[in-house]
Amino acid sequence: MAQSSQAAEGLGSIPALLQRNAKQFADRPAYREKEFGIWQCWTWAEAEKEIEALALGLLNLGVNEGDFVAIIGRNRPHFYWSMVAAQSVGAIPVPLYQDSAAEEMAYVMDHCGARFAIVQDQEQVDKVIDVQDRLTQFEHMIYIDPRGLRKYDHHKLHQFSHVQAQGRAAHDEFITDLKARREKLDYDSICVMLYTSGTTGKPKGVVLSNRNIIEASRSSAEFDKLSRDEEVLAYLPMAWVGDFIFSIGQAYWCGFCVNCPESAETMQTDLREIGPTYYFAPPRVFETQLTNVMIRMEDAGRIKKWLFDRFMAHARRVGPAILDGKPVSAWDRMTYALGNVLIYGPLKDTLGFGRVRVGYTAGEAIGPEIFDFYRSLGINLKQLYGQTEASVFITLQPDGEVRSDTVGVAAPGVEIRIAENGEVYYRSPGTFEYYYKNEESTRSTKDPEGWVATGDAGFFEEGSGHLRIIDRAKDVGKMADGKMFAPKYVENKLKFFPNILEAVVFGNGRKECAAFINIDLNAVGNWAERNNIGYASYQELAGNPKVLDMIQSHVEEVNRSLAEDPMLAHCQVHRFLVLHKELDADDGEMTRTRKVRRGVIGEKYEDLLGALYDGSTEIFTTTEVTYEDGRKGSISATLQIRDAAVVPVGEHRKVAAE
Amino acid sequence: MKDMDTQGYTTADGRKIGGVVMEMKNITLRFGGVMAISNISFDIREGEIRAIIGPNGAGKSSMLNVISGFYNPQEGEVIYKGQKRPQMKPYQVARQGIARTFQNIALFEGMTVLDNVMTGRIRQMNAGLLAQAIWKGKAEREETENREAVEKIIDFLEIQHIRKTPVGRLPYGLKKRVELARALAAEPSILLLDEPMAGMNVEEKEDMSRFILDVNDEFGTTIVLIEHDMGVVMDLSDRVVVMDYGKKIGDGTPDEVRNNQAVIDAYLGVAHD
Repeated sequence: MAQSSQAAEGLGSIPALLQRNAKQFADRPAYREKEFGIWQCWTWAEAEKEIEALALGLLNLGVNEGDFVAIIGRNRPHFYWSMVAAQSVGAIPVPLYQDSAAEEMAYVMDHCGARFAIVQDQEQVDKVIDVQDRLTQFEHMIYIDPRGLRKYDHHKLHQFSHVQAQGRAAHDEFITDLKARREKLDYDSICVMLYTSGTTGKPKGVVLSNRNIIEASRSSAEFDKLSRDEEVLAYLPMAWVGDFIFSIGQAYWCGFCVNCPESAETMQTDLREIGPTYYFAPPRVFETQLTNVMIRMEDAGRIKKWLFDRFMAHARRVGPAILDGKPVSAWDRMTYALGNVLIYGPLKDTLGFGRVRVGYTAGEAIGPEIFDFYRSLGINLKQLYGQTEASVFITLQPDGEVRSDTVGVAAPGVEIRIAENGEVYYRSPGTFEYYYKNEESTRSTKDPEGWVATGDAGFFEEGSGHLRIIDRAKDVGKMADGKMFAPKYVENKLKFFPNILEAVVFGNGRKECAAFINIDLNAVGNWAERNNIGYASYQELAGNPKVLDMIQSHVEEVNRSLAEDPMLAHCQVHRFLVLHKELDADDGEMTRTRKVRRGVIGEKYEDLLGALYDGSTEIFTTTEVTYEDGRKGSISATLQIRDAAVVPVGEHRKVAAE
Repeated sequence: MKDMDTQGYTTADGRKIGGVVMEMKNITLRFGGVMAISNISFDIREGEIRAIIGPNGAGKSSMLNVISGFYNPQEGEVIYKGQKRPQMKPYQVARQGIARTFQNIALFEGMTVLDNVMTGRIRQMNAGLLAQAIWKGKAEREETENREAVEKIIDFLEIQHIRKTPVGRLPYGLKKRVELARALAAEPSILLLDEPMAGMNVEEKEDMSRFILDVNDEFGTTIVLIEHDMGVVMDLSDRVVVMDYGKKIGDGTPDEVRNNQAVIDAYLGVAHD
């Protein structure tokens, strides 16, 4: 590519950006962390001192250039310092998921041959000690919280603050070496290695260079006009590329402050206290928050409830338009302003979104109602599409062009093309260097011209030019007539209904689509209570004709919405049944991260699948179940199979797979 | 005072246990005609975790109440830090650095966790009524200092997320933890725990065990605990006193106690004469 090996102004590495920030933004806050009930603050100048002390301490411990340093813990300033200190001495930080089991850590630490680890507390120390024997290259471990560790053998175990103290003491001895190593870093040196979570097979180490991180951070920061005045709350796993980009890449590029919550449980309170201006959360977080709001409003007094309903209806009607700067009548604007004083403002403040200027969600599909709820309050929530291999950004939604069903336009500097089979490919300055010690995967993912396969199928929408992601490319199939079959897309639409917990859509190689549906016991149970429907078990509730009627209306609504989409109108669900048991990871029907295993389910419930397609109206079935303690049992039931109304599809365009 | 043992010993995991800090000598406690405790003697050493176990009605809680000064035994004496302790009110005992938790949680349900734990600092608040009322000078300074100490305990017991939650809304396991926090806030030298794990599930028990060990390790607090769960007792304690029907039937390390015939009989049930 045409980039030079050095960025403008000599800012070719994160440590170089740190030096700049320590001079330019010396007295401005760089990190905050709530501890002992108070927000503790470090300015950029102070942070630089802390990082330097740690870097000197690492030199003192014998860290070599090119060594891998594992970082294991929750979001704390100390760990961000650790990453930058490791970079400063020419080592490569490898953040790990702190909740991974010892076995998974062993795999990653062995794969990268980590010599050092910087960890949170006794829990993490114990995990690493458990697997230490298998890690031939592993030497020293540094921990932050000394609690419970006093009696441990400290030959190769060090307390974070002691390492820093030793570093300060050895300042004169090592400072020249540190400066030399720091200055050697350029755009081509490795910035960080992040392991992909590995839903398929073993985790892969994605190597990202300073160019990848800084270019991705720079262009995305310009895209959203991020400045040094932003406040972010760092609460997402440090091993995830997004946190690295937001809390290090963009924070160092722009010079804004990273706030760390007191603990995972206090995140909601801390969010409110900080009031971030730039915020990221996966859809699940927004969904939970919305549910909490709704539950609390159910318990509110009559006047408050009436005000809330009245103004939220107004917000849903005009809020998104006002946010997008579209024409709205003066009267509507005035009502909205009143609502802002009475409802929207206080609500946003309670949620911690009072100051959000740019908010993003990504990772999976977000329900349109959830998305619109936040947008209508005036929160600029947008979607992006990305992955570790791209240093996050592939597409972004520009302000004013935000929709729940697209992921936006190519991010600055990113080229995108759609392959014949519908798979999305991209090429950008953020594109990863290679998978560590895995040339084969590197070659199959990234071609010599730098194009990377995302593994997702999608298409560009005509008119808006926005990318729409449909499904994992390997899940996309063809129906009997050769039209594209995208099960996940339909399942997501079904799952947007609170009453539907899971859905499995079949149709690959068949004439029409059919679905298994799992009801959500909480939502449907609540509904049953309100409607005086008695039930003794999940199974009984799932078989209740009124529940089936309700699910049928949901399915038909999804069908109507699918019919409007020329690409996917033929994926309408013709027949469905409600399963008599919840799909469960213990039975192998889902992965531990709650993704349905279509193949396993198709085989296990072969009889049910057959019944969906042979026209029968009910079927008796017996299923083996595994209880939590590992015992096995079986349940049997007679399931109703319903036909759902479909909207006839007339003349429609050919699909991209053509 | 005679034969104060200052030697101490070292535990298997390398902890240093100091000399005797409290000694119970021939304690007898009667309620009317009922003999709750009869002629029991044992000692508590500095920095150790000392358990009192026994079947229901063995007199364990009575024993703890004698230590905390709630009951005054008819016979026998309590020797604390080498001195015979005169008859005392519980608050006087508390001032001597002995804090406790209760079998059936005794917190202020309507107050927040933070306020509850703050009440544990009462011993460290000396400002006058007027100063407290207008919250100036010494009162303000004291509150800041005490809040800091309390925040450290909140951090230690990992209850930051419920800092501002009224105790009445908390689940049982957390209430137990708040009670421990309040006892710790008093910076006791001896901590009395009355069935700290009662009614907890396995996970909560594991958490509580870890906190008890950490308290002992971090602050060097001597801990006396009553517990039903034998597994927990045997794992946690350095030495165990076993009571049955108000009598001491065993005293020693968990291993010694486990192999003591009288103890086995008491637990498996042998006819009493």
